[in-house]
Amino acid sequence: MATQGALAVGSHASRSRFRFDLQAYVMVIALLVIWALFFILTKGTFLTPRNLSNLARQMSITGILAMGMVLIIVAGHIDLSIGSVVGLCGAVAAILQVRMGWTTPAAVLVALMLGLAVGLWQGFWVCYLRVPAFIVTLGGMMIFRGVILGVTEGQTISPLEPDFVRIGQSFLPLHIGWLLAGLAALCCIYLRLKRRWERQRYGFEILPLPLELAAIAGIIFLIGLAVLVMNSYEGVPIPVLLLLLLAVVFVVISRKTKFGRYLYAIGGNAEAARLSGIDIRRNTLLAFVLMGLLCGIGGVVLTARLNGATTSAGTSFEMDAIASCVIGGTSLMGGVGSVVGAIIGALVMASLDNGMVLLNTPTFWQYIVKGLILMVAVLIDFQTKQRTA
Amino acid sequence: MSGSCLLEMRGISKDFPGVRALDRVDLEVREGEIHALVGENGAGKSTLIKILGGAYPAGSYEGEIFLAGQRRRFHSIHDAESAGIAVIHQELTLIKEMTIGENIFLGNEPTRRNGLVDWDRLYFESRRLMERVKLEPNVHRKVKEIGVGQQQLVEIAKALGKRAKILVLDEPTAALTEGETANLLAILRELKAQGVTCIYISHRIGEVFQIADRITVLRDGCRIGTAPVAELDERKVIRMMVGRELAELYPREPRPLGRIVLGVEDLSVEDPARPGHALLREVSFSVREGEIRGLAGLMGAGRTELVTSIFGAHPGRRMGTIRIDGRPVRITSPVEAIRHGLALVSEDRKRYGLVRQMNVMANITLASLDRLTRGSVLDQNEEIKLASACVEKLRIKTPSLETRIDTLSGGNQQKVVVGKWLLTKPRVLFLDEPTRGIDVGAKVEIYRIINDLAKGGVAVVMVSSELPEVIGISDRILVMCQGRIAGELPGAGCTQEQIMRLATGGR
Repeated sequence: MATQGALAVGSHASRSRFRFDLQAYVMVIALLVIWALFFILTKGTFLTPRNLSNLARQMSITGILAMGMVLIIVAGHIDLSIGSVVGLCGAVAAILQVRMGWTTPAAVLVALMLGLAVGLWQGFWVCYLRVPAFIVTLGGMMIFRGVILGVTEGQTISPLEPDFVRIGQSFLPLHIGWLLAGLAALCCIYLRLKRRWERQRYGFEILPLPLELAAIAGIIFLIGLAVLVMNSYEGVPIPVLLLLLLAVVFVVISRKTKFGRYLYAIGGNAEAARLSGIDIRRNTLLAFVLMGLLCGIGGVVLTARLNGATTSAGTSFEMDAIASCVIGGTSLMGGVGSVVGAIIGALVMASLDNGMVLLNTPTFWQYIVKGLILMVAVLIDFQTKQRTA
Repeated sequence: MSGSCLLEMRGISKDFPGVRALDRVDLEVREGEIHALVGENGAGKSTLIKILGGAYPAGSYEGEIFLAGQRRRFHSIHDAESAGIAVIHQELTLIKEMTIGENIFLGNEPTRRNGLVDWDRLYFESRRLMERVKLEPNVHRKVKEIGVGQQQLVEIAKALGKRAKILVLDEPTAALTEGETANLLAILRELKAQGVTCIYISHRIGEVFQIADRITVLRDGCRIGTAPVAELDERKVIRMMVGRELAELYPREPRPLGRIVLGVEDLSVEDPARPGHALLREVSFSVREGEIRGLAGLMGAGRTELVTSIFGAHPGRRMGTIRIDGRPVRITSPVEAIRHGLALVSEDRKRYGLVRQMNVMANITLASLDRLTRGSVLDQNEEIKLASACVEKLRIKTPSLETRIDTLSGGNQQKVVVGKWLLTKPRVLFLDEPTRGIDVGAKVEIYRIINDLAKGGVAVVMVSSELPEVIGISDRILVMCQGRIAGELPGAGCTQEQIMRLATGGR
């Protein structure tokens, strides 16, 4: 009977691993299908370097915000205020520079600090005053939009200094793009092999060596291809570089730090986390602070890209970020989600936007399609989970 | 009193994964009687009632139910209610923000011909029902404004409003004071005089003998017997309830006892839901290094509250002194408790122990990540090393460290929770029902682990409702009853009857 039990456990586990891989691939496959569809419908325009470069820039802000949103949702909360906070941080940076003549680094720094402070404020309300995050951030959504209207006096603030605008509009020189690609490839080889060696030492499952090498080759190929495509236009856009760097940081935070682990535990089972000696309030507060910081970054990039701050900047960004997380497999019940998934989700959302604009789809259809895709994504996620439960 | 047979449940069996909860149980209830159903925790009383009440629908169990001689199949709670069976659960199901009247007729509202609710009739009928349970007839008050004892009566009124023929009360007095209990029993007698049949579930033997006409005893999912109260006495019933012989499951090895690690003096804890009402009253005890201390008692006696409040995890206001190594300490949160070397394997591992979305390794290391971080980044090699050593030591059967925890069997999940706490290197380990819902093989392994820990000098406090287990493993047993320590018994040589007598408030 004991062996039977062990066998049953074994087969169950391997099935769940298979499902996990399948889920990860479903997202990538869906993305490729969307791309193929737009490729055909736009008679090739969609996959030109120029458009892909556009697409990458469009997704960068959503991607940056989605990374923070993943942490918030994994911890079992939500943040509806980020659109307004992005707009506010961008507006403050613009005002400091345009009206008060501040240098770019100083204006950017203040915008980031402001984002951080807003995160601290809202996190305090959620964690220590125990007002539900939905309410606090719904309030924040209105409050900070109001503050924007107040500080800008309802006017568009522009133009900015060229070095500020560069944050949002410029590209990496081609050779630096290639240099970074080379470094990334080396890192990838080193990390994969190190991980493989460690897993082997502890007797974990590992890929057969040829497959491992093929995987590494595949990743290097993708890095090379991405840089090649970007360089065929004007180079890697700065916002995209920013997104990638932040992505590395946030993957490490979510997977390799105590704090990241605690967020998953808190969202998965708050009571068990508390009894395990985890300070729920402090860790959740930190998630909100990070979200605020990312809003600051997003605000700076947005203002730079638009070369100015408008009163409506950032509107409905929260919905895009939440949708990206959800499409990327994050559960609104908490405890489940990944940074990489959210970034892919952001890419899906941006692809839909971009492709439909190319096709001259009426705006009303764009909203309808995006809404339906979101619902279908969650439906699929829910169904696959139910089958295994 | 000796009416005809109103309800008959025949040959009821019910399986849960890995456990047979009920095994060919028969129950006959006569018209107009109060029939008591007694048994230890886990004997199958609640399962039987859930089948009767339609919570486990027809088809999910074996056996047949006859009501007034007719075979009935209940597919839902609604089915059972319309057949005249009303179950009043231990946790009341009233909606606190609604008025008494609204609650009594919830889902059953009288309507006018135009389809709107007839509020006048609703409150008029409510008042009449409230008179039957002898409660002040202000049916416009919100339920949250009245006490638990009165809420219980509202539940009964609600059942009467549905013209229930059989009233099933599951542990109705668990949360009531003595006065409220006496009142409830009086009302039940009154209702009986009006012809209402009642199934009364309790493990307070004293109460049962005050009110019941006949008693059915369940043990381990089987019916041990049914008899009129006149033919029984408390001793007989307790013997029927416990009945088992001690098996050789419990390795008892002599251990040297060390110094007192944990001392608790006059610990009182207030019920956070009911200010002024104490969950624990002046509890004092101490545990030595290497000692295994059993904590026995009935459900609701305050055992879980005792261990969670020492661990700083109970929301209620606390008074009294806790000493570690003789020095008084202030523990207001699990963080501080862990820092002082305490660990708590809580009851219900799914709710309080495990994060089911995470894998085996992450669950094992969850409480000791502080030791595994360099800067703020996890040392994952070290994590793997610690977790795999733990899996090996506790013989956790898992395909890998990366397997999701909810795919393991209950016994292995429990070992993961125990492992999580062993990694914190505790000096005092509290275990709250550590063997509930796991199979015998895994139980024996848990006992082995507990013994090994004690041999290594850890002070163990184990809450358990399984009497043979408490007797088999403990050096000394504390028995709790209604928030107090009712007595202390030596582990070796004490009998289940002795424990039950203390736990049920006898002498």
